[in-house]
Amino acid sequence: MNIWAPILVLGGIALAFALVSVVAGSFTGPRRYNRARLDSYECGIEPTPQPAGGGRFPIKYYVTAMLFIVFDIEIVFLYPWAVTFDALKIFGLVEMLLFIATVFIAYTYVWRRGGLDWD
Amino acid sequence: MELFGRDVWWMVLLKAVVVFVFLVVMTLFTIWFERRVVGRMQHRIGPNRVGPFGLLQSLADGVKLALKEDIVPVAADKIVFFLAPILSVVPAFMVLAVIPFGGEVSIFGHHTMLQLTDLPVGVLYVLAVASVGVYGIVLAGWSSGSTYPLLGALRSSAQVISYEVAMGLSFVAVFLYSGSLSTSQIVGAQKSIWFAVALPISFLVYLVAMVGETNRAPFDLPEAESELVGGFHTEYSSLKFALFFLAEYINMVNVSALATTMFLGGYRPFWPFSQLDTGWWGPLWFMIKLMALLFVFVWLRGTLPRLRYDQFMKLGWKLLIPVSLVWIAFVAVIRTVNSQYGLSRSTIVAGGLSIAGLLIIASFVAEATARRKERAAEGGEVVEETEFDPFAGGHPVPPMPGQRLPVPVGVLALGAAPDGATGLSSPPGGDTDPDDVRADQEDTRA
Repeated sequence: MNIWAPILVLGGIALAFALVSVVAGSFTGPRRYNRARLDSYECGIEPTPQPAGGGRFPIKYYVTAMLFIVFDIEIVFLYPWAVTFDALKIFGLVEMLLFIATVFIAYTYVWRRGGLDWD
Repeated sequence: MELFGRDVWWMVLLKAVVVFVFLVVMTLFTIWFERRVVGRMQHRIGPNRVGPFGLLQSLADGVKLALKEDIVPVAADKIVFFLAPILSVVPAFMVLAVIPFGGEVSIFGHHTMLQLTDLPVGVLYVLAVASVGVYGIVLAGWSSGSTYPLLGALRSSAQVISYEVAMGLSFVAVFLYSGSLSTSQIVGAQKSIWFAVALPISFLVYLVAMVGETNRAPFDLPEAESELVGGFHTEYSSLKFALFFLAEYINMVNVSALATTMFLGGYRPFWPFSQLDTGWWGPLWFMIKLMALLFVFVWLRGTLPRLRYDQFMKLGWKLLIPVSLVWIAFVAVIRTVNSQYGLSRSTIVAGGLSIAGLLIIASFVAEATARRKERAAEGGEVVEETEFDPFAGGHPVPPMPGQRLPVPVGVLALGAAPDGATGLSSPPGGDTDPDDVRADQEDTRA
């Protein structure tokens, strides 16, 4: 059997379990209509009216997401380099040190400009 | 590696079911274990009523959850609200597919590995599947159509992706040594020395990152009750909530299993049992290491208070990431120099220790500089000295920095000779050191 097949089998079992649980939840529990219970939960007060599309949230989350992409791509380059490290010898080492240094410069810039500060 | 992908169909099914049941049972067990251990740490007993030692407590809780009403809020996006718990729990189950529980054994006459399957890109697969779980969290918070879940989901996802970088970087040095992304080969590469010993900085970074990844105390900011109620699953109830709970505990088991595999020698035995390295002994050593790591999770929860959000992000972005990058560069240089010229073991160890020391000192210096700068900025502000009113607005209040305590009149005369009232003189003008003020207060009371 293909080496990926067992993963699909496990995923299939998990999916079946999750689906059954989610569907079963509406049958096993009681169902009594109550307008207040179906409101958004805000510790008892009238829920804040939500603008269409979920409203706005701090820009910092976007910055975090963009920084994550930068470093995740760096990791994507580091993994194959690390695996074939012994075959690449000195060439691989120098190339990757240059690459890490380049990303480090960008990282220092972000740090100095306050991109890593929360608040 | 050659045994993978050769199993007959019933063997694959058997192993998949065993992995699935293992995770569910581990979740039930870990919840009970956590409550008992935290209970002991807080001088309580913990759950001990349902079943022997209270072992069936989590099962009873699960049944109770199933009998609760399944609430779908009016403001919710119905379809996504329904799909989010599934999207959260299925990837959590799938991670354990590539974790080796043991070496080669024979089941009903069939030779097989105690591992569901292995991939040439095993660890990459783990990271990829674990990332899909973040979608479950984000969509759960968004689809609830409520404020607290949305904020909790944003925090949670920002936290997970921040620490995923540190986690990913901590693996690079391991791949340098093992030369493979396959989990079984990484375990094989640790035959002589565990990577936790060979690469201590990587291991430490991973330990911190794995707690951040799973949103566990002290990094459980997405569910900071005082700020966000329950976090992204505030609006969930019944079995949908149970699935999120399940996913959280499965993720705990997953990251611990990954730590065992990558750094603690996987299913290989440790010192006094080094001979018992065959067949069915593997799962035992694996479980001991796994339980030790799960205990660390519980221990942390019983010991540390929750971090503030900015402290948390600072730790991830300003400490773990630069330390990992410097460490990777150092390991790579040492390995190249070693293969070119051949270094003695003591030179490598000395070099490693000195770089670790340098990193720690550098982080302390950076911290101290930042603090000094902060203090300088604070000290620069001129604190306006004002008269202190101890009963402002009718309530007794403590003095703020820079406020001068009023000199008590009349009280002093009682029992104190006018000459001997050394400590009762009025505070020196302009001196508003809080310690002096406090000393004065105490003197006054005496």
